[in-house]
Amino acid sequence: MTTTPTTGIDRLGEVFTTAKAEDRAALIAYLPAGYPTVKGSLGMLTQALDAGADLVEVGLPYSDPVLDGPVIQHAVDTALRGGVRVRDTLEVVEQLAARGGRAVVMTYWNPVLRYGVDAFARDLAAAGGLGVITPDLVPDEGAGWLAAAGREGLAPIFLVAPSSTDERIAATTAATRGFLYAASTMGVTGARDAVSDTATTLVDRARSHTDLPIGVGLGVRNGAQAGEVASFADGVIVGSALVSAAEHGRAAIARLTTELAAGVRGQHTGR
Amino acid sequence: MTSASQGLAGTTHEPDERGHFGPYGGRFMPEALIAAVDEVAAEYEKARHDPEFLAELDRLQRDYAGRPSPVTDARRLSEHAGGARILLKREDLNHTGSHKINNVLGQALLTQRMGKTRVIAETGAGQHGVATATAAALLGLECMVYMGEVDTERQALNVARMRLLGAEVVPVTTGSRTLKDALNEAYRDWVSTVGHTHYILGTAAGPHPFPKMVRDFHRVIGLEAREQVLAAYGQLPDAVVACVGGGSNAIGIFHPFLDDAGVRLVGYEAAGDGVETGRHAASITGGTPGALHGAMSYLLQDSDGQTLETHSISAGLDYPGVGPEHAFLADAGRATYEPVTDAEAMEAFRLLCRTEGIIPAIESAHAIAGALRLGTTLGPDATILVNLSGRGDKDVDTAARWFGVVDPEALPTEAPEDQDAASGEREL
Repeated sequence: MTTTPTTGIDRLGEVFTTAKAEDRAALIAYLPAGYPTVKGSLGMLTQALDAGADLVEVGLPYSDPVLDGPVIQHAVDTALRGGVRVRDTLEVVEQLAARGGRAVVMTYWNPVLRYGVDAFARDLAAAGGLGVITPDLVPDEGAGWLAAAGREGLAPIFLVAPSSTDERIAATTAATRGFLYAASTMGVTGARDAVSDTATTLVDRARSHTDLPIGVGLGVRNGAQAGEVASFADGVIVGSALVSAAEHGRAAIARLTTELAAGVRGQHTGR
Repeated sequence: MTSASQGLAGTTHEPDERGHFGPYGGRFMPEALIAAVDEVAAEYEKARHDPEFLAELDRLQRDYAGRPSPVTDARRLSEHAGGARILLKREDLNHTGSHKINNVLGQALLTQRMGKTRVIAETGAGQHGVATATAAALLGLECMVYMGEVDTERQALNVARMRLLGAEVVPVTTGSRTLKDALNEAYRDWVSTVGHTHYILGTAAGPHPFPKMVRDFHRVIGLEAREQVLAAYGQLPDAVVACVGGGSNAIGIFHPFLDDAGVRLVGYEAAGDGVETGRHAASITGGTPGALHGAMSYLLQDSDGQTLETHSISAGLDYPGVGPEHAFLADAGRATYEPVTDAEAMEAFRLLCRTEGIIPAIESAHAIAGALRLGTTLGPDATILVNLSGRGDKDVDTAARWFGVVDPEALPTEAPEDQDAASGEREL
């Protein structure tokens, strides 16, 4: 055992090395803070971790989520109307981390700019968060964030998309730490009936540029799809389907997460 | 006379290669769309050096849109502006009734060059939507326009125009149901359809290259006006003024005057009920820097970086952001930006109708109001060039309610409460 303090990047890496050692993909669950309430969201995220999610993405609600479909739009709108603040998201991360949960934040960039990039990195690291997924920040505009994340040991997690050129995939993976987020389809978030075959192509292309673990998101809604994505990715990211489940309470989160966790282990019962 | 293509010839006021005007601009947007905006930037760069493209743009702007637009000396209005000479750049006389056609024809031609078959657009007042629907009809492109539900109600005439032109109009019911939400929906469409669709962004905002490209397509306004004023009066105007929402008509008329140090540039933002009430859309006057819809600029936001709801009687100015070059010009002090309330704009609207026989767009009425205010400061020796960016046909219903010139019971749709209460209390 080492006594060296580990960084968020280190602890995020462990999520994937553990999963790999078990010959499976990691399950990554997204839910927004403040939906249906701040306390309620903490309960949902805790439930997801208890039921088999290896990592949670805590969504920071934002007024103009251009990359989100109707399900997540509705949830973050509800959260904002309920008065959720940026500090509530940090508080949720802190509570999850305090009980051993591993969490990253997913946020559009303006709330971080307004909070202060350095301050946000400092406070998220202090809360025990491991990194930040930034759907509308590309590394080209991220110099300040990369410096702040580097200082705090947080993982800057950028996205690649089927439309990304090889040149951009190379630059994006070079700036990313922890894991790379591969958006499986061209479109907004939302559960889909089938896993797009553009996802496998994108993951293959990304692997030629990086040894980072690759998480695939956008569209996974059940255990069978999770199993399918797990066959070629290191992480399976599920968002909208869990947000829909959250409408029905913690038991629904537990059921879906259990199914997805079986899926990433190749044990899905199918649908 | 200057032609539209000269607006694309390059200037001494360019952003850096990644679209930054000082700390503003850039690209704050999903990776999935970066390839698309790169394609637009590359194609625009090729097009603006292609004589065939430039000739076709000039032909359409001349024979189809009706350029050049005239400059009108508003002699009777001048009496209400401290005697200052008020010159109106008549973008209201363009085909489709506003400056928006300048940009749309350029981007529609670019769409064809990129081999794309479908265009989408956001619209507030409907002027950009109408212009896009028009260009799509002309060039045989499929067209879908996103418009906030609030705006589809207050600009119903333009919704009908777009549908007549063959466009599909999608009322947006999320968020504040106005222009910013229409932009969100257009981005969501684009990220799914980018293979065959071009997003004709309607203002000089958004990710690089839109602020520069849209500006260039509108620079013809200022290039023409500068030449027209010099030819008629032998000197440059003392001030050039325009309304500013996203800021496309303003940057178009300001830009060719940037190096004329003696020419004041003033943008008038929509102050709604007054900036102090919080019910306004004055992004530079009342906002702070932030990233929205693809670029860093001034933004109306709360302490958590959430976009604030805006208010303006003018749907076209009812937007919480502003183009990044305006933010840059404001910080540099080269242009100044001042608020104009709903009430001031409507008083100017009334005056222009009564003194000049011109019914302006309510957006443009903000610029008229500003010119009247500036004229009383500058005095009778001053010449003020105003960009009359659009005509007011679309606003007749709103204006009729405001001034109470129609029987409220005869109106087909319900008026917003504040306007209802005021109906019949104002004199036209």
